Amino acid sequence: MLKKIRLTLAVLALLCLTALFLDFTGSVQPYLGFWARIQLVPALLAANFVAVLGLALATLVLGRGYCSILCPLGLFQDVVARLARLRGKRSYSFAPAHTALRLCVLALFVLALVLGAGSLAALLDPYASFGRMANALLQPLVQLLNNGLSLLADRLDSYAFAPVDVWLNSVPLLVIALLTLGIVGFLAARHGRLYCNAICPVGTMLGLLSRFAFFRPLLDETKCVNCRRCVRFCKSGCIDLEHKRIDASRCVVCLNCVDTCPTGALAFGHAGKEARVAVQAKTAGTRAASKGRGSASCTRRDFVKGSALAAVAAPLGTDKAIDGGFAKIVPKTNPVRATAIVPPGAQSHANFAAHCTGCQLCVSVCPTAVLRSATGLLTFLQPEMGYERGYCRPECTRCGEVCPTGAIHPITRAQKSALQIGRAVWKRDLCVAVTSGHSCDNCARHCPVEAITMVALDPQKPDSPKIPAVNESRCTGCGACENLCPARPLSAIHVEGVLVHAEI
Amino acid sequence: MNERESGQNRLAQESGNQGGKGRRKTGLSRRHFLQVAGAGAIGAGLAGCDTDERKVKEVRGSMTMRVNPKRGEKVSLLGFGMMRLPSVGGRSAREGNEPIDQDMVNKMVDYAIAHGVNYFDTAPPYCKGKSEEATARALLRHPRDKYFIATKLSNFVPSTWSREASLQIYRNSLRLFVTDHIDYLLLHGVGMGNGMPDYEKRFLDNGVLDFLLEERERGHVRNLGFSYHGDIAVFDRLLAEHDKYHWDFVQIQLNYLDWKYAGRIKAFNSSASYLYGELDKRGIPVVVMEPLLGGRLSNVPNNIAAMLKQAAPEDSIASWAFRYAGSFPRVLTVLSGMSRFEHLEENIRTYSPLQPLSDREMALLEKVADRMIRYDTIPCNACDYCMPCPYGIDIPGCILHYNKCLNEDLILKSVRDKNYREARRAYLVGYDRSVPRLRQASHCTGCGQCVPHCPQRIDIPAQLRRIDAYVEKLKQDRL
Repeated sequence: MLKKIRLTLAVLALLCLTALFLDFTGSVQPYLGFWARIQLVPALLAANFVAVLGLALATLVLGRGYCSILCPLGLFQDVVARLARLRGKRSYSFAPAHTALRLCVLALFVLALVLGAGSLAALLDPYASFGRMANALLQPLVQLLNNGLSLLADRLDSYAFAPVDVWLNSVPLLVIALLTLGIVGFLAARHGRLYCNAICPVGTMLGLLSRFAFFRPLLDETKCVNCRRCVRFCKSGCIDLEHKRIDASRCVVCLNCVDTCPTGALAFGHAGKEARVAVQAKTAGTRAASKGRGSASCTRRDFVKGSALAAVAAPLGTDKAIDGGFAKIVPKTNPVRATAIVPPGAQSHANFAAHCTGCQLCVSVCPTAVLRSATGLLTFLQPEMGYERGYCRPECTRCGEVCPTGAIHPITRAQKSALQIGRAVWKRDLCVAVTSGHSCDNCARHCPVEAITMVALDPQKPDSPKIPAVNESRCTGCGACENLCPARPLSAIHVEGVLVHAEI
Repeated sequence: MNERESGQNRLAQESGNQGGKGRRKTGLSRRHFLQVAGAGAIGAGLAGCDTDERKVKEVRGSMTMRVNPKRGEKVSLLGFGMMRLPSVGGRSAREGNEPIDQDMVNKMVDYAIAHGVNYFDTAPPYCKGKSEEATARALLRHPRDKYFIATKLSNFVPSTWSREASLQIYRNSLRLFVTDHIDYLLLHGVGMGNGMPDYEKRFLDNGVLDFLLEERERGHVRNLGFSYHGDIAVFDRLLAEHDKYHWDFVQIQLNYLDWKYAGRIKAFNSSASYLYGELDKRGIPVVVMEPLLGGRLSNVPNNIAAMLKQAAPEDSIASWAFRYAGSFPRVLTVLSGMSRFEHLEENIRTYSPLQPLSDREMALLEKVADRMIRYDTIPCNACDYCMPCPYGIDIPGCILHYNKCLNEDLILKSVRDKNYREARRAYLVGYDRSVPRLRQASHCTGCGQCVPHCPQRIDIPAQLRRIDAYVEKLKQDRL
């Protein structure tokens, strides 16, 4: 019965969290966003004390139920393990704890957070790992499906589905997601919850508390007939039948053992004195936990097919002696920015780097393909902005709404309209007014804060082509000018980020 | 009134004879339409003695022919316009970068010739410059005396204004059609661009018109004429000089909207009634282009469709426009740019034979025009003369989507409009579907290359900006 409740909650959590990451329209976010906010690392980073205390308390009472009910990466491993056991009855066995490794990884994680090396912490956060897999591997498939449905809807004169860009926003992100899938998936298939009990810093943190959990699986030696069913079904490998002990710091309270015990020797209940402290299995030396590395099948899926623009570099200028047809459009490239642009609500680069776990939830909901994973060493996997596919629209505040870690604070449209996240810079050599000699006012026309005025290139000749004059102090850095600039592949006007966002 | 009956009967027979009753109702549904047609088919097939008027109409007549007084040659009232040829993608070849579907062109030309069509109108720039070649390929499979070739001297860009370059265009047409004579040769689009100065530079100063007159003497050009768009001064001048040039025909835009309102819907094009009147006065045969206004007279708002269907429930909306153009006696042929086989079938039905509009029907179309002019559609016929835009914008795509939404009452005035949410979504989602984001109006730089090429004299950059501003307001919910 207890196991069924656990399973129901787990399925619900996994579905909701997956939906949260797959929903590129941002429509389920208001209803499901809390699932992300009660994840341990995001809650810690966001200084969400209510969630953190709640989780700690729950762990002290019920053990690491978090790992089996709320953690999406844990649930993902359960799914993999179950699939791997559909054929062939591979069974688990007891293994000594990798205590030293666990504590080292936890120490590293805490150090990374304290020192502000957010990207390292991001790599270890189980929630973010799941988010990256969902965003990089699953969402493109959903988007392709959506585009197919949109085509179909078009024929039926329905506007239920709108086409979206499917694109590969970051190769490193894809590689990391594939590696995570490979490593965690392999470990889960072979060794159940080994990842959670050897590497995952959240597992270790909760394990420190769950050693003292009030309720836990208890073994009644008098009823036990040594059939070893519980050991074979224990994903955590924490039931030491020789010594009749269960390691509560590793038990994820999946309740498989209770469920499978034929004699009722195992029960979930209050620990009496007989099973007070879990065994610190010191017997065998710590085995290298991470032995099953590699062999991730890195067949790269061609996501980009749907959105691939003809990347043939052809000059603009076309032959007007004929009618019809389209000029080729050279794709824009993201310029090298002296300072990266972080999303409105991030407040500053420092705040953003310290809080972001790289879960890609904001990337998943960004409607204009502005957010993507950064590739810099210290900000690796944390999102940054680029305007080659779209720009940060004035009416959109989705990334702040979804961020569970406090890396991007929620802001209103009004606040956004007066928030400077960067400043536009004009490059004379690229502007069409200079290169082709005709005026163009695309940047000025689309600037939502009217920070750009068109002025004559040659002040002596009012008739000369017009160029943009940017009033930096009014610029929000939204990128409308950069995105809609006709100069390609590099825009003649581009945005440089600011280290600390300012009000204008 | 209903010469398309036979086709409908065929349709009904293919779908299995259904319904024995249901004659003479005014319902509009498709099923109903089939029932009515099916009843006609059964009536014809089983009860041979039934002398219903239907049975008479069912017998397909032959194509209405008009006589060109110059040589007395007979020209089919339906002329095949080769500007919107089908592409392999199934759309009109003007719409994308796909090549022309030559097999389909051949099939359509074969069908057209088999049904009496003998006037084929092309021009060097059409379909990204591939129309003449595709037309020639299809026509060369038929004897030369089965068809008339109409092509144009399209020296639009200044680089082709020299005598040599212009003659090269003309000679290339002769070469492509493997012939020593062009049946109908037109000065293409006089009045376009800068009007009079451009006309003089294109045809007078370089001696090209004199050359063509000589070619006519030599028999290489059987009929010399011009197609007119734009500055009315050029049209008036060319007609004033009719005694000098003896135009054999003139091609104008004529339809029930342009008859009265051409001046209202474009900057300074004159109304078709004036153009036709001037030509009629001088006895010059008229070739009609844009009888459907690029589809705007077949794809009409619902209330207009209701008006026309009420008068003739079984006739298509498009057939009204064709009958209108065909009803003028001085009209030699009516060009239709057909990109689908079904267009061709339907138009052939409409003109085999033509049933001229009655006075009552004429009056109805006048009322329709009065009502249509109230819709503020942008007068784009999707002729693609403006394309390709150097910045990659799909100009007709952007305008057509706007017009479509306007016709469907989806253009909003304010966020308080009752249908705001649905209309907003329909506009924005439909926009992304019909025009890729990189080809939308937001990318217009206002370079103005398109402006002189538009035969309808649309201020394209201004209209694209208007559309873009509207889209921006929709996106921000700030209408």
